Amino acid sequence: MISFDLSPRIAEMKNAIRSLAEQAMRPIAREFDEKEHEEPHEFQNLMWSISGGRAFGSSDDAPNEGKSSGPREGNLGACVTIEELSWGDAGLYLSIPNAGLGGAAVMAAGTAAQKTRFLGRFAEGQPKWGAMAITETHCGSDSAAIQTTAVRDGDDWVLNGTKIYCTSGDRALRSGGFVVVWATVDRTAGRRGIKSFVVESGTPGIKVIKVEDKLGIRASDTAMIVLEDCRIPADNLLGVAEVHQSTEGFKAAMATFDATRPLVAASALGIGQAALDLARQELAQRGVEIRYDRCDAHLSAIERDFLDAEADLQAARLLTWRAGWMMDRGQRNNLEASMAKAKAGLAVTRVTQKCVEILGPIGYSRQLLLEKWMRDAKINDIFEGTQQINMLIVARRILGYSSKELS
Amino acid sequence: MFDLELTDEQKLIRDTIVSFASEKVRPIARECDETGTIPASLQTQAFELGLIHSPLAEAHGGFGEIRSAVTGAIVAEELAFGDLSISLYLLAPRLFAYALIDGGSEEQRARFLPAFGAGPYSASAAVVEPRFDFDTSSFATTARRDGNNWILDGEKCLVPLAAEASAFVVLAATPEGSAAFIVERDRAGLVIGEREKNMGIKALATHPLSLKGVSIPESNRLPDLDLPRWLDHGRVANAAMACGLARGCFEFARDYAKERKAFGVPIAQKQAVAFMLADMAIEVDAIRLLTWEAAWRLDTGLPATTESARASRYAASSTLRVADNALQVLGGHGYIRDYPVELWLRNARGFSTFEGLATV
Repeated sequence: MISFDLSPRIAEMKNAIRSLAEQAMRPIAREFDEKEHEEPHEFQNLMWSISGGRAFGSSDDAPNEGKSSGPREGNLGACVTIEELSWGDAGLYLSIPNAGLGGAAVMAAGTAAQKTRFLGRFAEGQPKWGAMAITETHCGSDSAAIQTTAVRDGDDWVLNGTKIYCTSGDRALRSGGFVVVWATVDRTAGRRGIKSFVVESGTPGIKVIKVEDKLGIRASDTAMIVLEDCRIPADNLLGVAEVHQSTEGFKAAMATFDATRPLVAASALGIGQAALDLARQELAQRGVEIRYDRCDAHLSAIERDFLDAEADLQAARLLTWRAGWMMDRGQRNNLEASMAKAKAGLAVTRVTQKCVEILGPIGYSRQLLLEKWMRDAKINDIFEGTQQINMLIVARRILGYSSKELS
Repeated sequence: MFDLELTDEQKLIRDTIVSFASEKVRPIARECDETGTIPASLQTQAFELGLIHSPLAEAHGGFGEIRSAVTGAIVAEELAFGDLSISLYLLAPRLFAYALIDGGSEEQRARFLPAFGAGPYSASAAVVEPRFDFDTSSFATTARRDGNNWILDGEKCLVPLAAEASAFVVLAATPEGSAAFIVERDRAGLVIGEREKNMGIKALATHPLSLKGVSIPESNRLPDLDLPRWLDHGRVANAAMACGLARGCFEFARDYAKERKAFGVPIAQKQAVAFMLADMAIEVDAIRLLTWEAAWRLDTGLPATTESARASRYAASSTLRVADNALQVLGGHGYIRDYPVELWLRNARGFSTFEGLATV
């Protein structure tokens, strides 16, 4: 039966995270925007102790949690909690120690033994990070063009290549975590040759050569990683080694995105909501109340802009929740995940820009966090699949076209 | 708990309306638009579907069904997927009947509702007023007390079924705030004007109403109508119909783009076109989700003005964009009347004006 009610469990989690966002994130948000590349240790330790290394809002079958009773709602819950964390601060949210996207890849493609081997560490010891390295200098969205190679040598795989834009890559390799590296076992095989490999922290031959300076999400590290004869055990391959005629393996790897795209959309929502909340509050202090039940002729231009921005964000939120809800039900959500990501990435970009515009010089000033949120927002239109890639996926799905038919 | 699954009953209702819309409504939509008439026989078929009278008490000839704004939104979307004019034509009696179910006195219900249970029955509501800055937060039409009577003065427009309606619910401002009144067709001072000529919804006859010192008894005032709530139901209906229209545009443009070839391939294989279609698909779903959210709040008894106004506002602008993009995908074919898209674009333009023309 159609309902937009969040379960008591999710609602409670949402409230708890909101308090945490207010108390532990907002007060240090500006500091770690300005001190790029410094670690918010206190916050990271706090989050590590609260979460026990479990990714916030990770799905119900996360390794450190028993099966919960009742219907599955881990993905929807993740959307809600990540929105709240990003309402606190998106950069700090991305700096939280957990298995992250690397963990998502292990969960999606790893064997039971691999899950235990690689993910167990997140339940103990010091804060750790997991990361995923896909992008290379010459290819981003076109993952099939990956040039990093993996060559079998006895009981090992030997990796060579350069990866960029690896979120939390530096932290993962410094902390005892791991990076999931996408590489080709056969350059002539295109996407059929692409496999993913777990490279653990401390492995010789992998090193970070640069941590990027960015427009926003500065509390998050974005690493350039070089692999030079980096030797890993054969068993660190996720999935199968054979290069099949079909592209099923590649598709399975890409399916990770069906789980992660709604989470990126959710992060976008949090930033957008923060901007709207602040703009509304600033306007109210100056005597401007937003009215909902009036026609355009009665509304000021600012009210109209605000209403449109808020509606756009709410539309994105409902699309995001739908994608998470479908995942929880075990339904294929490839189309819906890309719809949510495309809508939310663009909505938050526009909403934050509009809020800066509405507040004029106050909005542009660094005395408020608003200008930072506008800078943070833009990444959501880029990572985990750009706006354009997600539109392409939506288009293929609604038209029933393969990637060959619509490229 | 968050859920987007329809109940079995809602699926059944939806499937019934889907068949009705595709078999009975779509095929005649263009002709109705050109001739400006809708066959009255459709009213009989709508009656057989229980579109108006199913929530009436059994004593009044209904089935006593509990009304749901969500189900209403599903029905309105599917009907409008068929044709907007015909949807408004078929649903207009709800404006009168539902206002009485929600806010009428026992006596008023007994006086008017059995007619709806007995067969197709024309009654309507006069909400919109002919001025650029009209909205439902303040009516220029006034009602003042005169002993035990009310005297109504003002101008209304876009009143569906006005030519044949037996009675109207008229919204007017009183010194104590807005209120709703039953005005029978034969009341002195009520003048039903010439049929309006609109850009869209041309199949639907709408008329202006002029009220000059129309005197009605106190017993014609709806005593218990929560007017803001009733208007929220109207916004949800508006948004739901916009969703149906937008979906129609999207599906037509999508199918066309897969057939139509340029430079040796279907134009849908060109990103410039494919991305427009993707945007349309996202917007259709966005409109529906916003609409359902508002409808769910209405059904749950939560405040819903923010959400219903948001859904209606978003739907009005988004549907217009979807319709315009659909026309663009068809190019010249979109502009000529052999294809339905120009009709849909004209209809879509109206959603920012149509609040008050339907309810759920």
